[in-house]
Amino acid sequence: MSEHDDTGSPNARLVKRLLLGVGGMFAFGFALVPLYDVICDVTGLNGKGRTQDQYVLTEGLAPEVDEQREITMQFTVHGELVDDWKFRPSERAMVIRPGEMKRISYTVTNPYDHAVTTQAIPSVAPNVASGYLNKIECFCFEEQVLEPGQTVEMPLQFFVDPELPERVSKLTLAYRLYDISENKPAVASNR
Amino acid sequence: MSAAAHAIDHHHGPARGISRWLFTTNHKDIGTLYLWFSLAMFFLGGTFAMVIRAELFQPGLQFVDPNFFNQMTTMHGLVMVFGAVMPAFVGLANWMIPLMIGAPDMALPRMNNWSFWILPFAFLLMVSTLFMDGGGPNFGWTFYAPLSTTYAPDSVTFFIFAVHIMGASSIMGAINVIATILNMRAPGMTLMKMPLFVWTWLITAYLLLAVMPVLAGVVTMMLFDIHFGTSFFDAAGGGDPVLFQHLFWFFGHPEVYIMILPAFGIVSAIIPTFARKRLFGYDSMVYATASIAFLSFIVWAHHMFTVGMPLAGQLFFMYSTMLIAVPTGVKVFNWMSTMFKGSMTFETPMLFAIAFVVLFTLGGFTGIMLAIVPLDFQYHDSYFVVAHFHYVLVPGAIFSLMAAAYYWLPKWTGNMYDETLGKLHFWLSFIGVNVLFFPQHFLGLAGMPRRIPDYALQFADFNWISSVGGFLFGASQLVFLFVVIKCIRGGKKATDQVWEGAEGLEWTVPSPAPYHTFETPPDPKLIKAQ
Amino acid sequence: MLPKAKLWLSLLAGALLFWSAGLQAAWEVNMPQGVTQISRDTYDLHMTIVWWCVAIGVVVYGGILWSIIFYRKSRGAQPARFHESVKLEILWTLIPFVILILMAVPATRLLSQAYDTSESELDIQITGYQWRWEYSYIPTSADEEEVSFFSVMSTPRDSISNQMEKGENYLLEVDRPLVIPTDTKVRFLMTSQDVLHSWWVPELSIKKDTIPGFINETWVVVDEPGVYRGQCAELCGVDHGFMPIEVHALEPAEYEEWYAEQQETARMEAELADAELTMDEAMETGESVYGTNCVTCHQVDGSGNPPSFPALADSEVVVGDADGVTATIVHGVDGTAMAAYGRQLNMVDLASVVTYIRNAFGNNSGDIVQPADVNEIMQEGQ
Repeated sequence: MSEHDDTGSPNARLVKRLLLGVGGMFAFGFALVPLYDVICDVTGLNGKGRTQDQYVLTEGLAPEVDEQREITMQFTVHGELVDDWKFRPSERAMVIRPGEMKRISYTVTNPYDHAVTTQAIPSVAPNVASGYLNKIECFCFEEQVLEPGQTVEMPLQFFVDPELPERVSKLTLAYRLYDISENKPAVASNR
Repeated sequence: MSAAAHAIDHHHGPARGISRWLFTTNHKDIGTLYLWFSLAMFFLGGTFAMVIRAELFQPGLQFVDPNFFNQMTTMHGLVMVFGAVMPAFVGLANWMIPLMIGAPDMALPRMNNWSFWILPFAFLLMVSTLFMDGGGPNFGWTFYAPLSTTYAPDSVTFFIFAVHIMGASSIMGAINVIATILNMRAPGMTLMKMPLFVWTWLITAYLLLAVMPVLAGVVTMMLFDIHFGTSFFDAAGGGDPVLFQHLFWFFGHPEVYIMILPAFGIVSAIIPTFARKRLFGYDSMVYATASIAFLSFIVWAHHMFTVGMPLAGQLFFMYSTMLIAVPTGVKVFNWMSTMFKGSMTFETPMLFAIAFVVLFTLGGFTGIMLAIVPLDFQYHDSYFVVAHFHYVLVPGAIFSLMAAAYYWLPKWTGNMYDETLGKLHFWLSFIGVNVLFFPQHFLGLAGMPRRIPDYALQFADFNWISSVGGFLFGASQLVFLFVVIKCIRGGKKATDQVWEGAEGLEWTVPSPAPYHTFETPPDPKLIKAQ
Repeated sequence: MLPKAKLWLSLLAGALLFWSAGLQAAWEVNMPQGVTQISRDTYDLHMTIVWWCVAIGVVVYGGILWSIIFYRKSRGAQPARFHESVKLEILWTLIPFVILILMAVPATRLLSQAYDTSESELDIQITGYQWRWEYSYIPTSADEEEVSFFSVMSTPRDSISNQMEKGENYLLEVDRPLVIPTDTKVRFLMTSQDVLHSWWVPELSIKKDTIPGFINETWVVVDEPGVYRGQCAELCGVDHGFMPIEVHALEPAEYEEWYAEQQETARMEAELADAELTMDEAMETGESVYGTNCVTCHQVDGSGNPPSFPALADSEVVVGDADGVTATIVHGVDGTAMAAYGRQLNMVDLASVVTYIRNAFGNNSGDIVQPADVNEIMQEGQ
């Protein structure tokens, strides 16, 4: 009953432009996901540390060790696999110097009679320090497959950037190991 | 209002019966549908709130179990935000914007019909989840992952679908408003001569277009996490639950202003009318609204100061949030100056508008307190926050809607409402809302977290006071319903201008407004500077 | 002074005392000052901002009230014609801006302090679970045992459902509180097992979200020994309202004593697997374990709430294969609300609760499950 045509010219043009904007914002919402990762990587927003790419050391770029400074480094594990799967670091804490290359390892046992796939998720506190913790080699870079009953030792090689802000004297690297096997049943619902 | 149906003196009137409402493309009919729908949702959401306040009347669990309580808090929030406040403003926009700018109808009448009629289905879908196995959404209206994904009841899929439909409705409504305002203004109605209600709605519509798609994106990601094995918000797969909050509040904060900017417009129309004096600082009002809209995009993380952001991030969001106080303050001072040296009378719309200014400012004060990060560590997720956002939404958005209803009812129905009952409604609501929400500040400061079905004994006294206020406020809304129905059925005939101090095109058409208005553009001489 | 006046005065003083005592208990209207430097500074800043708001409020509300009183039509007020002033607009843009800067300066200073987690002497990891907290004291040397325990609300369910008197600390009491030393910088590392939680103790001015997969940190130096209570502040599901926090701050010497005791217990716990229980011991321990962990869903009389929470009374599964029941409790049932208790309870508790449900609510299997049996199941895995 309207005398105004929806496809009439000025309206149609405007609506087209507005719909383009709507589509753009929908896409922008999804673009925020990788953008968030980049921001986290730069600012340590979520404290994951530099995990995106393996840090590659090239000749001549090896950091200088800062002999004047000592940092306490703690290694903690959390999550449901800590007890059931005996997920443990080889050391709980060590004193390191910035720039110094260090190595520790974590052990884990598959308690099942079927193979499992796991993924370790790191987190660093304080989160400002996460950008300065460089991992050269880490089991968290990729998924780990464990055969039934197998116990594996998983290495971690890292150094702390000497540029680490002065006020950070203690660093905690926490790992949570997830069972990401395909056949893993869903968790309980919230009722 | 159905009274419009009796008032046909034009060359072609509305169709008869149900098909009039189902197939209508008339902006007044659709506005009426929106307003009735939102009133129904207001009572539904209010019923949920009454369940909450009844359970919290005394310590211990009396009426509902904790799971149902969580469903009530969730549904109360969702229904009030998406079902009551937003559609009510869209209804007002439909009714008033064409009348205010001298347009014969909305720019896209057929889409207008659609954007309304998908809404009832969205809410039917959402409310039906309450009766499903496992219950409805119980994760709060903010539906933080992973409680709303991995740990959610099965009905969450229906919830996601309902949110999608509501989003589509809002987006269509917003496109319509923008197209109407930009393309349909009568000759002589320049942008800076538009009533402030039109201005605030134009800016609100742009906010809607910018953020509703982001909300749609967020719930789509949830859907993928739940059903298709992605890990947007699941740490196990490399995702991050905090990302959900960033995305949600990128939508959520502008959403807050979507619910308050049109309210600013309404109050800016009512105060000059009853002060019989032009609005003070029209230009600065427009700029302030635009600044608030801009700032709303860069403050979202102030809802998440406790998630552990770096210091620099916390400081940025603290400063940007505090900045919002400046344009908001400008508005309040302008309303004050409009009243200053006016000639005021206090009919019901004016009472609600003044209460809006006073109580919204109170909500603004607690807003500044919440913006300050170290203080927010104490206030966050406590009843202090509950008190804050209810002060800006109930005596804020809802009071402005009540004011609008009383202000324009005579234009819609042709009859004056019952002033005595209107004033009774106002005073009961005013007392009720303060008894209801003011003690909640104390509860929050003393340490009561929000969204709990039961509380420690030291919170008992203020909780029962708050509940009594809640019941009073809830019951007094029945007075409103009665006044509206009474006004539709009859009453003193309203003049065209209705209010002595009212100015603007909507007051140049007869009361009740005929089915078709401004089929020929109004005389440009009628269009005055605001 | 007249005796009558004296009487009135003392009555008034008494009433005032009574009123202020009442204020502190149930009519608390303000934030606690707390027991740390940060919490006191937070309180002071809070009051500063409140007074700023009051001052602005006096101006705004005073102005509106003035107009309402003096510029009403019924008093014959004639409307003025002014409607804009650029000078005024600039003025009321600049003045609030300056006030905001005055607020932001102390806020920034306080926030930087609250963020300085360096130089902590004790580190504790706090893990949120649906619906309990786990506290793990991070050992400082290799020969220390890790002290780690769960903290569960100890308020009886009967008092929540109003069948029992509510105690003084209703909903704010736990079976095992977090113990920390006073005058020591304690750093909290926070994470979650499942959904988001938030650890809030108002008197310590700490509220921090626990996020699954990530760790957050904050710190505290408590000045006064005492008991400080708080609650989970982030909606985390059904029992969100029932996962309180209780912190006991002890003098450092007392804390050392407590910690040494915990070390001893931790060492013993490893040996518990060898313990031999009698039926009476098992039933007694089992009943209390059941009351803390199982009763919410399975009910006091074991009737459950089918189908979500199966009945234990009269259940063939429960009285059937003991190893099967034990495995269910140790590993939980995936896809249901049945959690894995294997690492939340020690072996004596696990053995006792299995024995209890197999011999209570009219069930009578008659046998005792020993910690060694449980240990075997735990070793086998799922």
